[in-house]
Amino acid sequence: MTDYATLIPVSVVTGFLGSGKTTLLKDLLASPRLRETAVLINEFGEIGLDHHLLQHVAESTLLLDNGCLCCAIRSDLTEALRDLLSRRERGEIPYFQRVVVETSGLADPVPIAYTILADPILQNHFRLGRIVTTVDAVNGMATLAGHPESIKQVAVADRLILTKTELCESETVEPLIAKLRRLNGSAPIVRAEAGGLDPEMLVGEDMLGAKTGSGEAAKWLAADDANILDLDTHDHRHAEGGIYSFCLTFDGPLDWAAFGIWMSMLLHRHGENVLRLKGLLNVAGAAAPVLINGVQHIVHPPAHLDAWPDGDRRSRIIFILRDLKREEIEASLAIFNRLAHAPPAASHREGALGMV
Amino acid sequence: MCSLCGMLGGRRHWTESASNPSAFAHQSDRPTIRRERQQRTRLVNLVLAHYGLTLADWPPAKYILGNAKGGTHLVDNLGELWPAADRLLNQACDPLDRSLLRALSASQGDGN
Repeated sequence: MTDYATLIPVSVVTGFLGSGKTTLLKDLLASPRLRETAVLINEFGEIGLDHHLLQHVAESTLLLDNGCLCCAIRSDLTEALRDLLSRRERGEIPYFQRVVVETSGLADPVPIAYTILADPILQNHFRLGRIVTTVDAVNGMATLAGHPESIKQVAVADRLILTKTELCESETVEPLIAKLRRLNGSAPIVRAEAGGLDPEMLVGEDMLGAKTGSGEAAKWLAADDANILDLDTHDHRHAEGGIYSFCLTFDGPLDWAAFGIWMSMLLHRHGENVLRLKGLLNVAGAAAPVLINGVQHIVHPPAHLDAWPDGDRRSRIIFILRDLKREEIEASLAIFNRLAHAPPAASHREGALGMV
Repeated sequence: MCSLCGMLGGRRHWTESASNPSAFAHQSDRPTIRRERQQRTRLVNLVLAHYGLTLADWPPAKYILGNAKGGTHLVDNLGELWPAADRLLNQACDPLDRSLLRALSASQGDGN
């Protein structure tokens, strides 16, 4: 079976038009930390990127028969990643240990995740790394108000990078930060200082990484703790176009089979409105926590941490939802979790095909 | 591929802990693939009963979803189960559906 920690991480830099994606990437690529990085960009903009492993992709997306926009194949990315891998193996290009994809300003980053997880070749060589979203501090509020694409980009992010903060007053920035926290309570918000961004922000170990997954989990739980208090005391669902985030906690262990049934059913029916979920689960019978990480209909294979990041042993799941009610999600999960303790029903056909 | 029946192995799904051994390496009582499939089948049937559907395990890699009229679908995993159930029912299975949750609560002895 594939060890996900050994797969090549594909980090995504996204953000609305003019939000500073390319500037951010240019700064980061100057760091020696990104030397062994292949870069796929959507368009050659005014800011020239100088990198020895730079490739252009055309963002052609194939919709699947079910018409779901998140479960779409980025055929350009499939081809580009396969080609990179093939050329690396043949020694035609320098070795790389990670890939960074820069999307266009209007792009939905979710099909990138779907492409990597669904392609039979890519899924055995690549995994999704961090999704980093740039937000323009000057125009961010207006962009979020007028362009649903930008809200989606914020909601699915692992890191939010505030750009152009030097061009505006704190009275402009603070409401934007508050809005970003309401939309995505678990993503740390970083201000981009010229040339001062830590490359680890983009390519540091993520939750599926081998060693510091617990550190990453601790970070998003800490970010969440700081933000959820505010979320719990206000109903922001209508203020943010129906999008809001919250954290569910469960005191007792979760039954993995029951959880899988519930989550797969929820995402099948409501995946388009589950913009992001991240969870640290206390699974019955497991000594260490299990991490889950999903974007709309797409769920990463679960990973385990070597240890709990803090003394709290409760299961914690952060949801970023659109138009779904927290109380309904919470009640439903609790009822499904109790299924594991239900007595077997005589009418079930488990043994009907000679399974026993 | 199964050496007995020649059936290709089912596609890996995130819910299958036996397919993600590294994620559950610390589990004190790791279930075998067979035991996990049995448990999954049992619990799914508690949900499907509300819709008049049943699921049968067809080792090593398939499940058979059926309705009372004899309609069936072969599915590999939970990711394929719910779309197939929707097709048999001509409606969407919804874990937030209040009537489903009431039925599940009643089966758990809550009676509400």
